Amino acid sequence: MLKVDNINVYYGAIHAIKGVSLEVNEGEIVTLIGANGAGKSTVLKTISGLLRSKTGEIIFLDENICSLASHKIVERGLAQVPEGRRVFLQMTVQENLEMGAYTRRGNIKGTMEKVYAQFPRLLERRKQVAGTLSGGEQQMLVMGRALMSHPKLLMLDEPSMGLAPILVEQIFAIIQTLNKEGTSILLVEQNAQMALSIADRAYVLETGSIAVSGTGRELIESDNIRKAYLGG
Amino acid sequence: MTFLSYLISGISLGSVYAIIALGYTMVYGISKMLNFAHGDVIMVGAYVCFFATFRWNLPPVAGVLLAMVLCTILGVVIERLAYKPLRSAASLAVLITAIGVSYFLQNAAQLLWTSNPKVFTSVVGNGSVKLFGGQLSISVIAIVTIAACIIIMIALTWFTGMTKMGKAMRACSEDKGAAQLMGISVNFTISVTFAIGSALAAIAGVLLCSAYPTLMPTTGSMPGIKAFTAAVFGGIGSIPGAMIGGILLGLIEIFGKAYISTQLSDAIVFAVLIIVLLVKPTGLLGKQVHEKV
Repeated sequence: MLKVDNINVYYGAIHAIKGVSLEVNEGEIVTLIGANGAGKSTVLKTISGLLRSKTGEIIFLDENICSLASHKIVERGLAQVPEGRRVFLQMTVQENLEMGAYTRRGNIKGTMEKVYAQFPRLLERRKQVAGTLSGGEQQMLVMGRALMSHPKLLMLDEPSMGLAPILVEQIFAIIQTLNKEGTSILLVEQNAQMALSIADRAYVLETGSIAVSGTGRELIESDNIRKAYLGG
Repeated sequence: MTFLSYLISGISLGSVYAIIALGYTMVYGISKMLNFAHGDVIMVGAYVCFFATFRWNLPPVAGVLLAMVLCTILGVVIERLAYKPLRSAASLAVLITAIGVSYFLQNAAQLLWTSNPKVFTSVVGNGSVKLFGGQLSISVIAIVTIAACIIIMIALTWFTGMTKMGKAMRACSEDKGAAQLMGISVNFTISVTFAIGSALAAIAGVLLCSAYPTLMPTTGSMPGIKAFTAAVFGGIGSIPGAMIGGILLGLIEIFGKAYISTQLSDAIVFAVLIIVLLVKPTGLLGKQVHEKV
């Protein structure tokens, strides 16, 4: 469904992503793990069209989306939940969700009801300004917001960041539910343990290039990965 | 009675400032830049209306509409040519560009229409309404100006609060990156903002020159600066702030002129601004910016 082939991204003179290739098949949860600064978010931003690759191609549903504007990419069914939550703080919960459905024409009520069913907390706070929500609620809101566009592939950038362990578990359970309902997932995480435990396949990014890849289970069991990323 | 008539002319002048200030504040909200050419768009709007109605004898309504259309185009073109290439440049570069555009418009106007002042005739005539047995006389243009301001305020509140485009504008002013990920085209949204601001500038130009009928290439600059002050006064980026700031500024100016000194009235206006900013640096309704780490 998504095929990233040999992308190279630069921040000025800094070669941030060096020939990264990865693939997400329909129905999969794929995770991209790695240390701080390895370039995980950069890869997602490039796929979303916020950054441009100098080489290679990004194929989504048989179309090269490399040169598409990011709002066009969303229309194709590829949504990203950005790092650090980034809800619209001064808008209400409901307005935030409406923005998620910006590219859709016609009635969005059905989708909104589904999102509220998925995240009952958001329904309670629907009229509240998003800036007044707790961190966990904001994370639910950004996920709900991304779902409003009916994505075929959902990319999540560190959804566990800054959340209490119990909330992290909740968020990961929701990711699995979404996947069972038919959304393919590309998950970027620093919490490698959690990410690998739910992933079908995984890639390990080290200073801008893919160091290891394999199934989630293979990586959890690999000695090197355990030492480097799973704390022993 | 004189107090009442000062009050009404203050609100009326303030309404013009408010309409101009809305353009400043909306553009600032979305692109975080001070569009100092905004005042000169007002002047262009007034000239277009002047030629349409007094040279080509179009009805006043057509003149106003033509001014709005041409100013809308002008505003969007200015943004595309002058500001868009600087989207990621330092804010000082954008500010200097805006000042440059302002001078460009003034000088182009001088070249096209000379610097001789034109006498603008009010688009609604010079009639007035007499109340209290003739003791209080309110000019029709003052009533029209205040009414226009109220209608614009209601329309903008509805637009930003209820429509998809208006909400997208608010989303863009908060976080352009996240807005892009929602599928909002940031460039298009910024263009729409400039279009609305410039159309309002055209209305303000016509109303301003209907009340103060001297039209010159520099006509827009002083009201432009005062409206900018009004926007800062009310809290830049805030639409109700621009309205309140504009009206208060008009009142301070007229009462200052009436009761303190005609010559010092502008000084009083800016002194009040300085005091307000000392007490509340974000302006009356300004939002505190929360930096989340």
